[in-house]
Amino acid sequence: MERVRMPLRIKFLRLTTLLAAVVLGWPAPLLAGPLIQQWTTPSGAKVLLVEDHAIPMLDIQVNFSAGSRYDPPNRSGLAAMTAHMLSTGTRTAKGCLGLTEAQIEDRLAEIGGVISDTVDGDSAALRLRTLSAAPKRDAALAVFAGILQCPALPEKKLVRERQRVITALNVSEKQPQAQAEKAFKAAVFGAHPYGASPGPKSIAALTQADLISFYQAHYTAQHAVLSIVGDCDRAQAERIAEQLMRALPDSAPGAALPPVVPLSGSSEIKLLNPASQAHILIGAPAIARGDPDYFPLLVANQVLGGGTLISRLGHEVREQRGLSYGVYSAFIPAAQPGSFQISLQTRKDQAHEALAVVRETLATFIAQGPTQAELDAAKNYLVNSFPLQLDSNGKWLRIVATIGVYGLPLDYLETWPARVNAVTRAEAHAAFVKHVSVNQMATVLVGAPVAP
Amino acid sequence: MPLRVMARAYMRGHFLRSGACLLTLLCVASVSAATSRAEGASSADLQHALPTTEFTLANGLRVIVREDHRAPTVLQMLFYKAGSLDELSGTTGVAHVLEHMMFRGTQQFGPGEFSQRVAALGGSENAFTMQDCTAYFTRIEKSHLSEIMALEADRMQNLAITSELFEREIRVVMEERRLSLEDKPEALLDEALQATAYNASPARWPVIGWQDDLQQMTWFDARAWYERWYAPNNAVLVVAGDVDAASVRSQAERWFGAIPARPLPARKPQNEPLQRGLKRVTIKAPADVPRVVLAFKAMPLEANSAAKQDAYALSVLAAVLDGYPNARLEKHLVREQRLADWVDASYSMVARGPQLFTLSAIPAQGRSLIELEAALRSELRRIAQNGVSAQELQRVKTQLYSARIYGRDSVFSQVMEIGLAEVAGHSWRAIEPMDQALNAVTAQDVQAVAARYFSDDQLTVATLMPPHTQSTPRLRKRSQGK
Repeated sequence: MERVRMPLRIKFLRLTTLLAAVVLGWPAPLLAGPLIQQWTTPSGAKVLLVEDHAIPMLDIQVNFSAGSRYDPPNRSGLAAMTAHMLSTGTRTAKGCLGLTEAQIEDRLAEIGGVISDTVDGDSAALRLRTLSAAPKRDAALAVFAGILQCPALPEKKLVRERQRVITALNVSEKQPQAQAEKAFKAAVFGAHPYGASPGPKSIAALTQADLISFYQAHYTAQHAVLSIVGDCDRAQAERIAEQLMRALPDSAPGAALPPVVPLSGSSEIKLLNPASQAHILIGAPAIARGDPDYFPLLVANQVLGGGTLISRLGHEVREQRGLSYGVYSAFIPAAQPGSFQISLQTRKDQAHEALAVVRETLATFIAQGPTQAELDAAKNYLVNSFPLQLDSNGKWLRIVATIGVYGLPLDYLETWPARVNAVTRAEAHAAFVKHVSVNQMATVLVGAPVAP
Repeated sequence: MPLRVMARAYMRGHFLRSGACLLTLLCVASVSAATSRAEGASSADLQHALPTTEFTLANGLRVIVREDHRAPTVLQMLFYKAGSLDELSGTTGVAHVLEHMMFRGTQQFGPGEFSQRVAALGGSENAFTMQDCTAYFTRIEKSHLSEIMALEADRMQNLAITSELFEREIRVVMEERRLSLEDKPEALLDEALQATAYNASPARWPVIGWQDDLQQMTWFDARAWYERWYAPNNAVLVVAGDVDAASVRSQAERWFGAIPARPLPARKPQNEPLQRGLKRVTIKAPADVPRVVLAFKAMPLEANSAAKQDAYALSVLAAVLDGYPNARLEKHLVREQRLADWVDASYSMVARGPQLFTLSAIPAQGRSLIELEAALRSELRRIAQNGVSAQELQRVKTQLYSARIYGRDSVFSQVMEIGLAEVAGHSWRAIEPMDQALNAVTAQDVQAVAARYFSDDQLTVATLMPPHTQSTPRLRKRSQGK
């Protein structure tokens, strides 16, 4: 769940989605850039700082170990709703400012601050973007600290937000893409929490008490990672980190999570949908963050169906046969093994043709691996495009947060190009064979042609 | 999801990667590149802090260089002033189809080779088509600028369109239309809204074209489009990033300088006749949630028009309604009255062609579209009668200012702003004066446009009705507690 609070909606230029869309993909690093500084606050939070004084702005992201995998059974959506509700009012207790939702938002509007939240399977991220000039920055930080430390999680606002989320779900659940993703998660992860998706029923069941206890259990400094990027020096960053991380709940570590279980065989799920296109997802659990096979798989996947349209899948499905506007494959590593997935959409009456082309392309790739020329082209692309992954504060923030949350080494960015370059054809092929098998795949086809 | 943006810009690549935004509809994020120098901030820290240079080659190609040395990368974007507004009935969508064909090879490079060469250099490339332009962009490490410029110049003059490649690519475009329009109820609603609001203007058809026109299109239509519009004197090249203007200039001369200028066809205005009464359209689509859009005729900012102050005031009005989280529509309709679960106000000031000022909403449970429509209109009426507060105005101007600062974080957004201003007929040099004019808008200006622009005679109302709802309005009924 994400609620982005951007400052302005004058559609002065009409490019909002373009801006968001162009910045895709997991980063590669940069050779001559600002270094990452890291330390731990007295309260136990990990802090990462990248100084960049070119623009008078500052981005701060706090990740808590409070992602949707901690949702209790029948409470899917709790993690997301908790993060979402933090900014709907703060308490008036000792050390707390006691602001209503409208006061929070009006204050931010008056100083140009933006607060947003994103929740994925592993963590909840709260973000503040502010001008770095002291009076505005300090006012923004005071509001931000309040929503982290003193959320009221008011019942009345919960009633409203439950309804709005249900409305949003009702919109998306009819859409084939959302239907396919939900079915795919369930097919790939089964009973593991990564496989759950919120629905109108699980959202309707969320109570204020659920939110308060989730907050108390997961929004702790010991499990927080604070990423700071922008116009701010080390001393200021230390003060900011301490201001934001004090007075958070203190709680014991949660129960261990069940392991992600590999698929035992192949499955195929077909769902009806009146849309004109079929949406197809194929995949299985693959690797976790930090897996030693990450780099060989990154390179191998670039050949098979990574970002560009010149991949094998792009060539076979789109360029040669005109079957789809988009076809991709990706590994999505998480704290526990995340999915490998192939996705495409095509006109319903050619869905089986497209699926056959995808399966054949994948089987050939698993059998033979990439050619040397393909491997070289993929490595070239990944290494040469490295500087593009770090050309804005926004991109730095995302990457630094990932490094912090998953405990990747601090020299991760510096060593990234060399590690990509070191991948051999044999390694790429072996890693792919090890983690992807055509006999252990879930296929979801939404908008299946109606049987004759 | 900013419905209008999605509906109007079509891209060659597949950008709609799956996002797990549960609140897709509720989290309407808009990064604005609008600007202002509110609060007496000095102009030096904004627009002109980044050196910008312009020059025009002898063949008429306009080149603008924005230097931003934060990272060793460069973004090249070539804008052609040819979009769906320039199409004729029967071949709608051809601007976008040609955009796809531009990646299908030239006399020198075979199909797919453009992308392969860019990828080998570590670049990423794509393109998009809008009502007023078609643009091609490549992002790359800075030392490769000359190579990508050579590729871009090559396809400006040597495109090879064959019937066979066309037949394959038009299938991809039809899949794109299914994906991004036909299977999206809110996009269907927008398509119907445009087609109803306009009778004569080419703004009436979707950028991606009518499906039937795509089915009838031939390679010859694409070829003709290319020959008509793809000339250096109809293009603006924007290069931004870690570059210096002198070297960009010599490379632009080298690669683009020898391409001859060509006479451009006269643009017939195809002006929309005066609307003389309210129009309505209803779309039934497989959605569980209804939706209403109120669209009033407006115009974009025009440099020499007597009414240009109106465009600034309308921009500020849109922001007063929906420019920050506790702005009027959200505050009144979603929170206080619980009439809506989602609201939006939208107006594009910098554009070529007619514009709509739109108010959109999704009703809360148990509330009807009729109630919602009335409430949206009463928000406009309230401003027309009582004006806006100094505090609201100040908030909007602070948003303009901070969005300008934040916009500098993205080279892409800087390039888009420059290119789209140029395409709309404003020099990039006009961007700062536009900021100043926005910042100078008064409460009286906002009240005045609220009183003048929103008559029923200029209104088109589009409603999305899920198939199971009755066409007559539901009775007002609260679901909880009573």
